[in-house]
Amino acid sequence: MKTSLKLFAVAAAFGMAPASAFAQAAAPAPAAAPAAAATTPAQQPTDAISANSQAAPAQPAEISLANTGSEEPSNASVLSSSVTRTLPNATVGQPTGALGFQPQVTPIGEEASSFHNNILLPLITAISVFVLALLIYVMVRFRRSANPVPSRTTHNTVLEIAWTLVPVLILVAIAVPSIRLLAHQYSPPKADLTIKATGNQWYWTYTYPDNGDFEIVSNVLKDEDAKKRGEPRLLAVDERMVVPVGATVKMIVTSADVIHSWGVPAFWAKIDAVPGRLNETWFKTDRPGVYYGQCFELCGARHAYMPIAVEVVSRAQFAAWVASKGGTMPGAPQSTSGDETATSPVTNPAAAAAAAGPVPTAGGSATETSPEPTGLNPATGTPAVSTQGATESRRGN
Amino acid sequence: MTDTTANATHFQTHEAHDAHHDADHKPGFFARWFMSTNHKDIGTLYLIFAIIAGIIGGTISGIMRAELMEPGLQVLPQWAGGNIDEAAHLWNVLITAHGLIMVFFMVMPAMIGGFGNWFVPIMIGAPDMAFPRMNNISFWLIVPAFLLLLGSAFVPGGLGNGAGIGWTAYAPLSTSGSSGPSVDLAIFALHLAGASSILGAINFITTIFNMRAPGMTLHKMPLFVWSVLVTAFLLLLSLPVLAGAITMLLTDRNFGTHFFDASGGGDPILYQHLFWFFGHPEVYIMILPGFGMVSHIIATFSRKPVFGYLGMAYAMVAIGVIGFVVWAHHMFTVGMDVNTKMYFTAATMVIAVPTGIKIFSWIATMWGGSISFQTPMMWAIGFIFMFTVGGVTGVVLANGGIDNNVHDTYYVVAHFHYVLSLGAVFALFAAWYYWFPKMFGKMYSEVLGQAHFWIFFIGVNVMFFPMHFLGMQGMQRRVPDYTDAYAHWNHVATIGYMIMAAGMIPFFINIFYSLAAGRKAEGNPWGEGATTLEWTLSSPPPFHQFETLPKID
Repeated sequence: MKTSLKLFAVAAAFGMAPASAFAQAAAPAPAAAPAAAATTPAQQPTDAISANSQAAPAQPAEISLANTGSEEPSNASVLSSSVTRTLPNATVGQPTGALGFQPQVTPIGEEASSFHNNILLPLITAISVFVLALLIYVMVRFRRSANPVPSRTTHNTVLEIAWTLVPVLILVAIAVPSIRLLAHQYSPPKADLTIKATGNQWYWTYTYPDNGDFEIVSNVLKDEDAKKRGEPRLLAVDERMVVPVGATVKMIVTSADVIHSWGVPAFWAKIDAVPGRLNETWFKTDRPGVYYGQCFELCGARHAYMPIAVEVVSRAQFAAWVASKGGTMPGAPQSTSGDETATSPVTNPAAAAAAAGPVPTAGGSATETSPEPTGLNPATGTPAVSTQGATESRRGN
Repeated sequence: MTDTTANATHFQTHEAHDAHHDADHKPGFFARWFMSTNHKDIGTLYLIFAIIAGIIGGTISGIMRAELMEPGLQVLPQWAGGNIDEAAHLWNVLITAHGLIMVFFMVMPAMIGGFGNWFVPIMIGAPDMAFPRMNNISFWLIVPAFLLLLGSAFVPGGLGNGAGIGWTAYAPLSTSGSSGPSVDLAIFALHLAGASSILGAINFITTIFNMRAPGMTLHKMPLFVWSVLVTAFLLLLSLPVLAGAITMLLTDRNFGTHFFDASGGGDPILYQHLFWFFGHPEVYIMILPGFGMVSHIIATFSRKPVFGYLGMAYAMVAIGVIGFVVWAHHMFTVGMDVNTKMYFTAATMVIAVPTGIKIFSWIATMWGGSISFQTPMMWAIGFIFMFTVGGVTGVVLANGGIDNNVHDTYYVVAHFHYVLSLGAVFALFAAWYYWFPKMFGKMYSEVLGQAHFWIFFIGVNVMFFPMHFLGMQGMQRRVPDYTDAYAHWNHVATIGYMIMAAGMIPFFINIFYSLAAGRKAEGNPWGEGATTLEWTLSSPPPFHQFETLPKID
């Protein structure tokens, strides 16, 4: 598949960069990348590496801080044989070294990047070039050899009023779309799914209150594991946050210790994780895939090592994933798992394992997914997701 | 000459009879430099201090750029004995120290303590500052403040030695998030530096309001004096807020209070509001004196009075006032009410108006002039363009909806280095070359000065412009390591640092060469364009100037 091959070409190029000091192993030689390409099924858009075989320790071995979610890897190893792991797209959802913004996959991101690229960027470029042109003109025209006798002009009322009023008009012109963008950011559609993200030193946990309140712990992958999975280093995580395509996802973001910031550039979403506060943001994307972000607020030593990975999958895959985590789908899509919604399976791995049993077929068949109709489709979605109506607030705090 | 600025040719100069009075009686070395009450000597001390701090702060940024040259950790683990967490902590110590040193111990002492002390009294025709002894304690407070900050790097501060909290010192990272005495030392350093600045601000305000020579009305005051006056008010009104905020940090850390601790009923965001209520005026404190300096230099080398003097002066006043009501644009992602965000978006954009007035007035000053391109003028023209570039990215960042993506990314780093490293620092170098003959009585080397400008100019642009790309691609601030997609532009930026560092070599050679072997400077080496009072004195000025006050008409 074209994208996959491109991805490995990129990975091979990166192989020449020195490995992170976090990787105790020797720096991967460029030659290692083709080998990886050969052993990895590159024919499919989604790479069916099961988390089971990849249940690497969440933390680099040489670091002894006990922040690994202890219950989580075991869950994963028991349950997630059913869950597919989408390969990231090399050009969407992660930085590429390009000059502009990452491609935007949410309505807000499209509006904002279009506001920036079509209005702000041309405008500031024009202003900078205009000032530069004026400077060069006066430097040439009024150099001492060309203009030995200076004028004594110190006032020009018309000119001064003009360069006060014209910027005012420009700013008003900017302010209109800017304020409109803010209004849109703060008026989300009714949420289809709520996820609570908690920043910790130095990893994220995600809780799915709509789906039995299970929690997943998301740690940075070691460099060699990221490479093995065909993912970018320092952005890949062991357990991704998974959401269904087309759903309006409400993120409730908080922190357990110091201030972090949850941000995914491709979603144009960023909100601080503040201890003692429940901040809110949202996103909605119709494009399945993997989208990476990082912690954006200095939070101590390993601030650079708590990435975010959001995997957008079909509804069926999402349901399978939820089941594999021991969660439940509200309104119970009866086709798959037995109905054990009464208790939160996260507290009972055995029950969760049982629940996960029937799922693989569903998950597997959905692997060759095409983007589904969005969340407003009542046929697939009606009862599948619920909204926490009571907290449907426009405010983040 | 204009009708609004002081006209130097209309009153007699004093160097002739200053020379054989007590005016030039200098105390012995220790009394002169350690117990100084002379504004020019204190200004020189401040400049020496700022250069030393700048060397340290610049070296730290060199270590940072070396680490960022390639993905992965290469440099810091060696310094931290191979321990990865200590290396990552060391990174945070370095960024904290770089920020605090450059803000509090390089730019501010150079702009206000150095050039402000040297030239505000002379420009208003005063013999000295209003409170010469307070001036002395202002300087001697900043030395222990600096030592405390440097010392904080050598005591425990969490996972390693030093305070790794960022210059913003957000709670709770700076309270419960950092054990050990290091952060306490850093807080004390800020207390002392803040006290020093507040005393200095009181001194400047008193001097400017009460010690202007006869006929030197406010509307005839040189623009540099205006800029220092506005700056002094910003200092006076904002620094106590910082002092309060960091004192609350201190008691949260040591005495069981919970101002910023949510579990005790406090609020971490309150700290950010307090900090940025200080912090935003602070960025204007760093740039406003530069505005004043650049105005003089542009006028001098264009041989033309400043265009739109009153507009220039009141634009600075406007920037100062608006600077107090835009602070929360530094906090757009904390989870803010949408209406609040709209207000701070709109208010922030308003600042572009007075700033635009200044930019266009500088160009209009050059328009019709007879421009020569000596080193100070090159720095000043470079300042205008680079500050414009930094300013327009500020307009982008002002939009709360846009900031949502680039907040805390390298886009912000690029923006504030364009206005500070290419703005304030360019203004400082412009002022350094402009006033070097006046302060030290020797001409600098024009060749070395031009080499310094061009190499530095290329270096900082190669270093900081690619950071816009990194930020838009999502690279977060304050990280020692990054994913491989960011490798290319980081590599370029580090090369830019090397060019910039090479550009500093002619600067230092120039200092020593010119002081030792420079041509003797006349009282006014710049000719008819230099009209402010300092050019009526000898170079260097007598130890005490204006024992008989000049009259300005």
